Amino acid sequence: MDYRPEVISRLSETYSAGGNTFLKDSPEIFNRYRENAFRDFLKLGIPDRKNEAYKYTNLEKFLNHQYQEYFLPHPDDFREAEKFQCEVEDLDVWNMVLLNGFFPNGDEGLVMMPGGIWVGSMRAAVKQFPKLVEKHYNRYVTDGTDGLIPLNTALASDGLFIYAPKNTVYTKPIQIVNLLHADKDIFVQDRNLVVVEEGAQLSLLSCDHAMSQQRFLTNTITEIYVGNNAHFDIIRVQNQHNNSGKITHTFIHQERDSAATSSNISLHGGLVRNATWHYLGGENAEAHSYGLFLADKEQHIANFVQIDHVAPNCSSTQLFKGVLDNNSSGAFNGRIMVHKDAQKTNAFQANNNILLSDSARMDSKPQLEIYADDVKCSHGATVGQLDENALFYLRSRGIDVREARLMLMFAFAHEVVQNIKIEALRDRIDELVGRRLRGELSRCASCAIQCN
Amino acid sequence: MKTEFLLQIKDLKASIEDKEIIKGLSLEVRPGEIHAIMGPNGSGKSTLANVLTGRDITSVTQGTITYEGKNLLDMSPEERAREGIFLSFQYPIEIPGVSMVNFMKTAINEQRKYRGLEPLSASEFLHHMREKKELVDIDSALTNRSVNEGFSGGEKKKNEIFQMAMLEPRLSILDETDSGLDIDALRIVANGVNKIRRPDTSVIVITHYQRLLDYIIPDHVHVLYEGRIVRSAGPELALELEKRGYDWLRKEADIAEESWTTDQK
Repeated sequence: MDYRPEVISRLSETYSAGGNTFLKDSPEIFNRYRENAFRDFLKLGIPDRKNEAYKYTNLEKFLNHQYQEYFLPHPDDFREAEKFQCEVEDLDVWNMVLLNGFFPNGDEGLVMMPGGIWVGSMRAAVKQFPKLVEKHYNRYVTDGTDGLIPLNTALASDGLFIYAPKNTVYTKPIQIVNLLHADKDIFVQDRNLVVVEEGAQLSLLSCDHAMSQQRFLTNTITEIYVGNNAHFDIIRVQNQHNNSGKITHTFIHQERDSAATSSNISLHGGLVRNATWHYLGGENAEAHSYGLFLADKEQHIANFVQIDHVAPNCSSTQLFKGVLDNNSSGAFNGRIMVHKDAQKTNAFQANNNILLSDSARMDSKPQLEIYADDVKCSHGATVGQLDENALFYLRSRGIDVREARLMLMFAFAHEVVQNIKIEALRDRIDELVGRRLRGELSRCASCAIQCN
Repeated sequence: MKTEFLLQIKDLKASIEDKEIIKGLSLEVRPGEIHAIMGPNGSGKSTLANVLTGRDITSVTQGTITYEGKNLLDMSPEERAREGIFLSFQYPIEIPGVSMVNFMKTAINEQRKYRGLEPLSASEFLHHMREKKELVDIDSALTNRSVNEGFSGGEKKKNEIFQMAMLEPRLSILDETDSGLDIDALRIVANGVNKIRRPDTSVIVITHYQRLLDYIIPDHVHVLYEGRIVRSAGPELALELEKRGYDWLRKEADIAEESWTTDQK
């Protein structure tokens, strides 16, 4: 039986009751788009396998559940969240914590960092930079098929805001820790906006953690504007427990001569789906999209990427790798779309996967759509096992078979991690990946809860 | 049990995918000896190397292999390595993403752990590595890379000998280490092997050609043909093979085979 009508009717009730909840707490600009967005959601519904982009991803397990649909944390909750110690905390970063998609002291939460870059909550941003937010909010959402996107627009009321004004440079990464902590099962809708103006440079590290055992579902939209000659990297490290679902939609709009990199490192989480769009709207822009996932037990991890080559002379790379064990499953859906004016496009895509068990499953679907005639595009997808020859070579030098397998898996994963430009962060992620492969990351050393 | 042999192979038969490749082979290697195993392509030379190192594509159907008095066939590939057996691969494997340094450090420390020794400290390891690099004349540009990744054929072979130097095995098996090497590379590799040798270590040199044996002088030369050793002699046999090729031995062996089959009837 189709579970969706009931879920949709529950969401409709949440939406209708909004007058007392998110409407009251939200910036006007959020409210302005809600009605149309909710109508779009009702029209599109919850995506199922008939939607090409969800062909191999079944949302039912996480969508078909009675969540508390709207949740504004209490000040005490933020105090609790401060106890959280991040695994990557000794990195030299600018660190901020979001709890269930909200900033502490949301309305005042906006600070200027050294270098002149602003970081804080969307609510505060709307007060301080109303014109800027208005110019960029909800402008880069390009997908018209996924109902979860308008659902976020209809229900979100806070999120992360970053603004790098023209020619500002911050060389350390900004770290955002997205914590989930509640005594009820909740459905979180956070809405983030990053504006990197002409000539500015910025890296964002976004870490996801669940601090309590409740069932969580997060439906995130992040809109990113990367101006002329600007540089921006986003690195996500996803390490929620396996009773939580995380769905992200990231829209990166790039102007000429810009460079943007998106990396998704998925370590734990029952259901993870990352959808990333790079829109190359100006000449000579470059986009890099990377993904690494390590799945076991019953996990499902999906990556969807779309690179829109709209302007000529742009380049893009996609490299996604997965290691799947037990009954886990994965999906990769990578689309290179070369529009008719995008001559001299250079686009590369690869998806390589290793299955460690007979019951693990990976579906890979590369797509190329080319409407220009002078382009270079390549793609390749592989699903295989660990290389037996390499394994024997390592063992023949005295290395234990278990250790040899770990070395090969680590090397396989490192091909993605090595693209992270900040060395300290790269080393740290290598270490996390190593521990995950050894099965030692089920409990983060400094975390209060034990993940399953 | 103490024995005069480092390695003793008795009446070995081995198959790959149900096809019998080694058809009754016996060989005894004493500490300090160098044995050359020569033979035409397809005679079973590499299969023998695979059997000795425990590669699971081969299955032993008959016979015994005793190494230092222990049953070698009971050991996993890593146990054999820890017991001091080393194979220089005919086709060394490229492993992108695994650095030479990490590879060697892990291998040495796993072997030390097996012998009840503490792992080498970082500085001890680097010192050891520097010493062995000089010994086999290998460039740091190679040892700083991933295992064999992008190495030329000659560099790969040199890297095998470097690993041999690092691991200090008791029994080394060189599987066609000379193939594909020009004369300068051959000399460097062979000199490396000679420098690594200690009085009690043994080497089995598997080769198609005689020229490596100009540098690594064997005590015994065996000719392998169709899975059997058809002739064993001193180093002069290698020179004779170089002059006369394998055909005369092949004929002799086939005649022997024929008469053997006739006898059976």
